[in-house]
Amino acid sequence: MIRLVALLLVMALPVRAEEIVLGLSRDEIAITATFEGSDIEIFGAIKREEAIPQGDDLGVIVTVAGPDKPVTVRRKDRRLGIWVNTEAVDIDVAPSFYAVATNKPLPEILTVQEDINTRISTRRAIRSVGRSAFGSDRFSDALIRIRAGEGLYQTLPEGVWVKDDTLFRARISLPANLTEGDYRAEIYLTRNGQIIDLYSATIPVKKVGLERWLYNLAHDNPFLYGLMSLSIAIAAGWGASAAFSLLRR
Amino acid sequence: MQIYLPIAEVSVNAFLLLGLGGIVGILSGMFGVGGGFLMTPLLFFIGIPPAVAVATEANQIVASSFSGVLAHLKRKTVDLKMGTVLLVGGLVGSGLGIILFNYLKALGQVDLLVKLCYVIFLGLIGALMFIESLNAIRKSNKAGGTAVPTRRKHNWVHNLPFKMKFRVSGLYISVIPPLLVGVLVGILAAIMGVGGGFIMVPAMIYLLGMPTKVVVGTSLFQIIFVTAFTTMLHATTNYTVDVVLAVLLLVGGVVGAQIGTRIGVKMKAEQLRILLAIMVLAVCGKLAFDLLVQPAELFSIGAGGHS
Repeated sequence: MIRLVALLLVMALPVRAEEIVLGLSRDEIAITATFEGSDIEIFGAIKREEAIPQGDDLGVIVTVAGPDKPVTVRRKDRRLGIWVNTEAVDIDVAPSFYAVATNKPLPEILTVQEDINTRISTRRAIRSVGRSAFGSDRFSDALIRIRAGEGLYQTLPEGVWVKDDTLFRARISLPANLTEGDYRAEIYLTRNGQIIDLYSATIPVKKVGLERWLYNLAHDNPFLYGLMSLSIAIAAGWGASAAFSLLRR
Repeated sequence: MQIYLPIAEVSVNAFLLLGLGGIVGILSGMFGVGGGFLMTPLLFFIGIPPAVAVATEANQIVASSFSGVLAHLKRKTVDLKMGTVLLVGGLVGSGLGIILFNYLKALGQVDLLVKLCYVIFLGLIGALMFIESLNAIRKSNKAGGTAVPTRRKHNWVHNLPFKMKFRVSGLYISVIPPLLVGVLVGILAAIMGVGGGFIMVPAMIYLLGMPTKVVVGTSLFQIIFVTAFTTMLHATTNYTVDVVLAVLLLVGGVVGAQIGTRIGVKMKAEQLRILLAIMVLAVCGKLAFDLLVQPAELFSIGAGGHS
């Protein structure tokens, strides 16, 4: 919603001195049986009606966000000598994947106020609405730390390559453990920490072929799916037994 | 070779899964345990979501037990009558177990209870079996190879009503103890997400007094049906059975089970039991260690909306 407002605000500006022209290396990602992750290349140019403004800092920020899902972060503590989950914090909005690539470290090209408005940094892309319990920051930090370890949250301070303040390119690699859904790619152009243009595109990520078929069957016709799984198990068990008794003869 | 699992939604190495399936299959064939108590924690370890691991494991156990039981049927080491009695108890037990499991889930902390269950039962059974089979080995060494057939002791088990003849096991006992063993195993199987062979095998040997050679085949026979029932329950209620994961595990598993059964035949009953005891104690030790030692990451992420 906030991003939409930001977009409208940008759109409403009467004359844009600089705007983004974009290309994507692929407009959808298919998860097949041998899916090992995928790269998305985002490239574009900055279109201008006038000369390149001098002395100002140009910032290009590329974000790719997976579908939002609520998560629960639990913390273990020692009770009677064993480690058990004691505290839990619900995080209402956490993208299943989030990458921020920039041409310079984010604080240099985006003011804190703009970050609050647009929620670009990973820390702000995660929200727990209503519940700002004491110490819940530790839980958000833990979420970012664990997901970063899995390659699901990426911060790439030099992930955007800019040439002559006009052409830019970023490569985001998506890991193999992707969640299905619509991924949003957003490109922000900043001058002196202020956003001057925004471009966004949707990249659907979906299972195809056998993966799609099995997933649908498991959800639409679970009884049949269960019977199929059992038949495969019985057949394999019998097959191995038969094969081995043949071998012994 | 990486394979993307459609239900688990993770990508894993296919050869790793085949290998795991094979190793657990060998153990399954040797000892008559489904191998779930080893495989389920291993699947957690390689990053399969716990719900999917438990459900898929049930499906895989069906395959390896079926393969194992065929080998035992050929050698006539399955007591079908005893197996059926245990099965009736087992189905009742797994129904009760799922009710109990959902109740505990509502209270939270279900993970901890599952782990504590593992530690307590594996520890108790492992220790008992270890001591018993060590004594048996010592005795047979002292006897100098001339095995003296000792008469089975008569305990309370033999004084109950509803007696039934179990020809293959050479037993004439009440049906109440095997039914209760079945129920207990069913409950634990549902809570711990395993076939329950590691509990049933010692119960059959020590409580019912069945001969070790018959125990393995009979246990496998019962496990097939209980795990098939569990698979259907998971598939229709939680949609967590991953058939691609199951196929990879069971291809390794069924081959392993055949090899394991043949190894098992060549070994002495006491040796078989002491090895199973050591394995059970090792898994117990690992789980206890994880509960007692401070984990490297104190935080964990779960699906949203906890109560």
